[in-house]
Amino acid sequence: MTPFTYSRASDTASAVQFGAMAQAKYLGGGTNLVDLLRETIEQPSSLIDVTGLSSAITPTADGGLLIGAAAKNTALAEHRLVLSHYPMLTRSIVAGASAQIRNMATVGGNILQRTRCAYFYDTEGSRCNKRSLGQGCDAIDGFNRNHAILGASSSCVATHPSDMCVALAALDALVHLQGPTGARVIPLVDLHLLPDNDPGKETVLLPGELITAIELPSPLVGGRSTYRKVRDRASYAFALVSVAAILAVEDGKVTGVRLAFGGVAPKPWRAKKAENALLGAPATEATFRKAAEAELAHATPLSGNGFKVELAIRTVAALMTSLAGDQS
Amino acid sequence: MPITVNGNEAELPHDPRVSLLDLLREDLHLFGAKKGCNQGACGACTVLVDGQRVLSCLTLAVQCEGRHVMTVEGLAGDNGLHPLQKAFIEHDGFQCGFCTPGQICSALGMAAEFDRGVPSVITEDFDDDGVALTPEEIRERMSGNLCRCGAHNGIVAAIAEVHAIQGDRTDSREAAA
Repeated sequence: MTPFTYSRASDTASAVQFGAMAQAKYLGGGTNLVDLLRETIEQPSSLIDVTGLSSAITPTADGGLLIGAAAKNTALAEHRLVLSHYPMLTRSIVAGASAQIRNMATVGGNILQRTRCAYFYDTEGSRCNKRSLGQGCDAIDGFNRNHAILGASSSCVATHPSDMCVALAALDALVHLQGPTGARVIPLVDLHLLPDNDPGKETVLLPGELITAIELPSPLVGGRSTYRKVRDRASYAFALVSVAAILAVEDGKVTGVRLAFGGVAPKPWRAKKAENALLGAPATEATFRKAAEAELAHATPLSGNGFKVELAIRTVAALMTSLAGDQS
Repeated sequence: MPITVNGNEAELPHDPRVSLLDLLREDLHLFGAKKGCNQGACGACTVLVDGQRVLSCLTLAVQCEGRHVMTVEGLAGDNGLHPLQKAFIEHDGFQCGFCTPGQICSALGMAAEFDRGVPSVITEDFDDDGVALTPEEIRERMSGNLCRCGAHNGIVAAIAEVHAIQGDRTDSREAAA
């Protein structure tokens, strides 16, 4: 690690004041950032510890939930209102990382964690445009079993590793931000950027801007939801493909649907094409499969991850069919 | 405000780059927590901070100011080894012993999580109060702790036995109350 100063923020205003300084980084649970510091991929001159800021989880006036960004992943997963109203969110969180890491990691940090692409971490031996723009990408012709099939570019094929974010994307979560010039609220699905020609720029956050809270709208009326993660081993592994699905069925027809994918794209992937294909359609396995095929029609698989296309389609079909079955 | 480790106060390092693991091992000479991977993959450095199991290799020591850290060295009491330590011996829950302190600290944190109702990825029904700590649940909940000797069967048996005994004690206390 390169040397840095450390300070603990006691309130959002002072955090943002320090965070706006050049080379400052916000520190949550450290489960990804400490690793990045050790690898010297991140070299901040100061760390502002924001784990003491709001971690409260409180109901909102319109039936939703406001989650302080410093809430630990475990605290969110076990909260009684999440268990009862947003069980898919709990299922996504407990599908990720290990229990120790979930106890440490904050919600804000989970959202802003960086890819686990091995070439990104191999500072000594691999080229990476995300680390150093213009170097090239060794993943594109390398071992890319875990890499993206949607939304990637010729400069970067890394995936966003979060499970929680996939559920948040399907839940229409909003992200509350506080920056040096003011506060704003944006949809989670608009927070992360696709790599295009500059994969080092991963979010729309402005310099010094801090995630202060996540807001969940009220749950979809009549909807059933769940999260399924497919991976190389049964636990403590990143997703090859994951699917967060909310489905409402009436008289055999889809009346409401929200669908998001993980493990396949540089950001939590909201599957709008599949949703559009499903609304009003019969709730059958054939329709679910067709909708997934529509979403994956523009997939660009790499040398080692072509299987992900069919895997994603089958996971969607199986998951949606089981959700529809619960409602018949 | 200093840090408290196994009931004793200790000074925090001046350099914020020092991990909790390095503070424990290099400054306080508590060698129970191990530096396996030093990147959060193996769980050998697991300790309890304010009762929660965490990875000390990814925790900056300065973040633990005012907190209570428990390592495997703090578990034995006046009556000798902690019941979980005894059970690990009885069930051959280790061979080389490198991962054992992390396994034991992790198992204590895991039991507390289970008892207060934290579900796991294999828990089917969140509304069911009668979810049992089955061997499958233990394996899933302990997946952050690797054992390269392959002593997992003994580890799971030791954890299951101690949790069942303590559950019986709680039940009998409740029955008596």
